[in-house]
Amino acid sequence: MLYIKCPHCGLRPQTEFSYGGDATVKRPELNKEVSDQDWDNFVYLRKSPRGKHLELWQHISGCRQWIKVERDTLTHEIFTTLKANENI
Amino acid sequence: MSENFRLNKGGLINRNKKISFTFNGKKYFGYEGDTLASALLANGVHLVGRSFKYHRPRGFFGAGVDEPYAIVQMNRNNEVDPNVRATEQELFEGLEAKSVNCWPNVNFDIGAINNFLNKFFPAGFYYKTFMWPKSFWYKIYEPIIRKAAGFGAASIKHDKERYEHKYEYCDLLIAGSGPSGLASAYAAAKNGAKIILAEDKSRYGGSLLTSEVTIGNQSGQEWAEQIISELKSMPNVIVKNRSQVFGYYDHNMLVMSERVSDHLPKTDKYTPKQRLWYIRAKEVVISSGSIERPLVFGNNDTPGVMLSSAAKEYLKVYGVLVGKKPIIFTNNDSGYEAAIEFKKNGIDSIVLDTRKDANSEIIKQAKELNINIRFSYVVVAAKGYKKVNSADIAKISDDKKNISNIENIKCDCICVSGFWTPTIHLASQSGNKTKFNEEIDAFVPSHSKQKETTLGSANGIFTLEETLKTSFEKGSELSKKITNKENKVSIPTVAEKKSSKHDKFWCVPLPRGKKYKRFLDFQNDVAVSDIQLALREGYRSIEHVKRYTTLGMATDQGKTSNLNGLQLVSEVENKVVPQVGHTTFRPPYTPVSIGAIVGREVGKYSKPTRKSPMHYWHKKNNAVFVDAGVWLRPRYYKQGNENLFEASKREAKNVRQNVGVCDVTTLGKIDIKGTDSAEFLNRVYTNAWLKLPVGKARYGVMLREDGIVMDDGTTTRISENHYHMTTTTAQAANVLSHLEYYLQLVWPELNVNVVSSTEQWAGAAIAGPKSRDVLQKLFPNLDVSNEGLPFMGYMEGNLFGVNAKIFRISFSGELAYEVNVESDHGNFMWEKIMEIGKEFNIQPYGTEALSTLRIEMGHVAGSELDGRTIPYDNSLDGLVSKKKDFIGKRSLSKKAYIESDRQKVVGVVPLDKKTSIPEGSYIVKDAKAKLPNPKLGHVSASCWSVEYDNPFSLAIIKDGKNMIGQKLFAMSPLKNKIIPVEIVSSHYVDPKGERVRS
Ligand SMILES: [Zn+2]
Repeated sequence: MLYIKCPHCGLRPQTEFSYGGDATVKRPELNKEVSDQDWDNFVYLRKSPRGKHLELWQHISGCRQWIKVERDTLTHEIFTTLKANENI
Repeated sequence: MSENFRLNKGGLINRNKKISFTFNGKKYFGYEGDTLASALLANGVHLVGRSFKYHRPRGFFGAGVDEPYAIVQMNRNNEVDPNVRATEQELFEGLEAKSVNCWPNVNFDIGAINNFLNKFFPAGFYYKTFMWPKSFWYKIYEPIIRKAAGFGAASIKHDKERYEHKYEYCDLLIAGSGPSGLASAYAAAKNGAKIILAEDKSRYGGSLLTSEVTIGNQSGQEWAEQIISELKSMPNVIVKNRSQVFGYYDHNMLVMSERVSDHLPKTDKYTPKQRLWYIRAKEVVISSGSIERPLVFGNNDTPGVMLSSAAKEYLKVYGVLVGKKPIIFTNNDSGYEAAIEFKKNGIDSIVLDTRKDANSEIIKQAKELNINIRFSYVVVAAKGYKKVNSADIAKISDDKKNISNIENIKCDCICVSGFWTPTIHLASQSGNKTKFNEEIDAFVPSHSKQKETTLGSANGIFTLEETLKTSFEKGSELSKKITNKENKVSIPTVAEKKSSKHDKFWCVPLPRGKKYKRFLDFQNDVAVSDIQLALREGYRSIEHVKRYTTLGMATDQGKTSNLNGLQLVSEVENKVVPQVGHTTFRPPYTPVSIGAIVGREVGKYSKPTRKSPMHYWHKKNNAVFVDAGVWLRPRYYKQGNENLFEASKREAKNVRQNVGVCDVTTLGKIDIKGTDSAEFLNRVYTNAWLKLPVGKARYGVMLREDGIVMDDGTTTRISENHYHMTTTTAQAANVLSHLEYYLQLVWPELNVNVVSSTEQWAGAAIAGPKSRDVLQKLFPNLDVSNEGLPFMGYMEGNLFGVNAKIFRISFSGELAYEVNVESDHGNFMWEKIMEIGKEFNIQPYGTEALSTLRIEMGHVAGSELDGRTIPYDNSLDGLVSKKKDFIGKRSLSKKAYIESDRQKVVGVVPLDKKTSIPEGSYIVKDAKAKLPNPKLGHVSASCWSVEYDNPFSLAIIKDGKNMIGQKLFAMSPLKNKIIPVEIVSSHYVDPKGERVRS
């Protein structure tokens, strides 16, 4: 079970969080033309890297904040955790 | 029966307390402090079970966690406990146990015929044989295998015992209380670190309990006792016996199972049977010791053949002789320790040492005691069926390839020692890259992945002096990093006998013309010949060999078999062991009971149960409840002998004719505040929200980015920047996370806050033509006329002193209102509604009637918004704004979503107007078409229309809008039904929606 450092609450067990996928995906802006290809990439296509991955988690049983976690998908090592508005 | 094999003195048992027990129906006695194994051995009982595949007689092989054979079925306090290791089960008064894997009994086992047919049971037997003929599998092979497979029989009763879970945090978790565990714990505790020291056995001390050593001026055992009592007195230390750390998981989380009550006749009322500890440790010390390796020779599974360390432990800890005429068969000095211990108790043994010659302090002592030692000698085969009675022994050549001078000598046990295997399971589980240590012919931990340190013999260090020195140092170093304190502990002097080098020899060659089975894996009956066969058949990877032969796959996880298996593969393959590598160690290290894993989350405690404030009113009024997510909701209110169908029909009818009231507390509610709330809702919902006036509600649908409907509900503008959103019961949590996602990550510039208010409000839906009359009497001072409170209107009121929110919204399709009050007043509100509604024939209605009402109105809900449909499929086109952008809008122009024959929700009526259509039925054109019959869609929800008094269903079918009026078939292969149906509009009742506006 992972041990995730919520930037708002501190170290908490994984069971308090829910996973939210790739944190680097950017939603296309509202009211802008988006090609079929770009929209499909945004909705469906995700990388599945072996190694470092910046991902979203929500501290659902805690502060309810969405946070960013840089984690190694192979070893589960967590390098850093960030608030929603922070970037690496 | 008297204890013929118990010494008159010695051991750590309490000779003042005799304990009686039964094994296979026969009564015996032992002493407090015995294990079931030691007590049986004291009574001369060696035959305890039958082996897994060949049903060969099996006895005791070890004295602890490594035991492969002695697995018994226990009867404790009228509960069955299968697969208990007799070497770990402590004796208690009245203990009842019996052998497993034998039928009709352990002495005469029919399955043993497999032993004589064993050429038909080679490696991969199951894979090869049972493939053909296919038709034999279900009727013949599987039942036989099922009867023959497995050990104990699980109880089919509910387990009455209590199991608990505990979460703990510490600086150092130390797994194992042998010399390395004690020393590191002591040093770390002195530095002020918070420590958990776990010991699997009931006694602390590990090897110190049986070894002849001096630490300072104390014996090893005295020293262990003193350290433990000091540790126990320290506030920063938790010391736990009967506790096995069995799993090492990510981020230094370990799981330990504590056998709290298994050693007692029954569990105390307020004590669990077992407790599972989830421990998050800053540092982990693995001091799990090592397990003696067997030597491999003919019939080495015969009862009476056991590890020499086990023989020594039975002597020193329990005062029990495993035999009176022992042969010690060893390739190192450890065997001599057992021989010396036997000699001290008046038993002469013969030591067969595979080495040509060896000299050490221990061997010198053995010689001085006149112990009969034969160098370059081996046991070729054990003789005897249910118990060893003699052994063929022989001289072995210097190159270990040939044996000569075979002779038979009498014996009643053979104690083997093939050197020691460090217990690296936990280190390996943590991700440690282990390495092969040529010096000791075994794998040891090397590069740590997590914060883990392995000490003592688990790390391949076999001298006490070095073990204590490194363990004191490591314990101090690791704890100092955490506490920044250092209290120097002086390392005591150690007196121990030095050992000479072990012999790499481990497997005795077969004499010419003999086909003795030489077992590697004792629990799974894997012999040397099985591995050789697997390799001949082309298996190379050790992981494949393992799976094909089942080597190391039994409940003992190959604790005694793994290394010998690897040695064999490397020999046949002409590789060195490190090239072969070892298989992956996975948790649990020892079997863990399902009860302990489940803990208290069993039965109705398996998930939280949420009840509305009106729950006890419903209960009192004969509500039959149904699970709705985590909520309990009334499904119907039973009157007299009514069944579900009759009751729900009555309730629904009463809503259509008079007025009904339904508990809608479970609906998700989200409070939304902030100056950008309108803009946010406009982006979240598919329809327009910017112009919704204060005091008005609006129905909305929200999508996922892929265009699929996520949820629907009404949201009300309470004041300029304050909204009250409702969601479906099931999606409440997801919708909140969804909103938070967009507010926190996508549009953080919006000034909006959301919070769940589901539990803050109790809700009652009052529905039916007479609902306005009820409402008027509830709020006599309010103008609730069609003009004063129009459809989708909102107002606040005072309900006999309680603040209330009144929404004119409808799920039933009738004139209807929802009244919300703070949860604490929920029951008050409900009773007032019932009281006032009496004169209008009000009746409560449950979820079944609620469904009926919404289905015949064609109001889509969870069964249509099933995560596979888009707004158009649900005829919600009017709610999809063309003008503005919103979440998921771009997906709606996907080609598949705008196909002209896209699926759509329709109504379905059986032609006979009688036969109810099972939910999940397929809609097909031709009931007699060849299978697979192409399906047009499925029936999503069914009810009995109270308006028309005939069955009515909703279905989602391809090209639905062009299917209205067609005669098709509803097929339910599960219920074996083919029903001719007509497709009609989904809006079966009041298609223009006049009633809600009346
Ligand atoms: Zn948090």
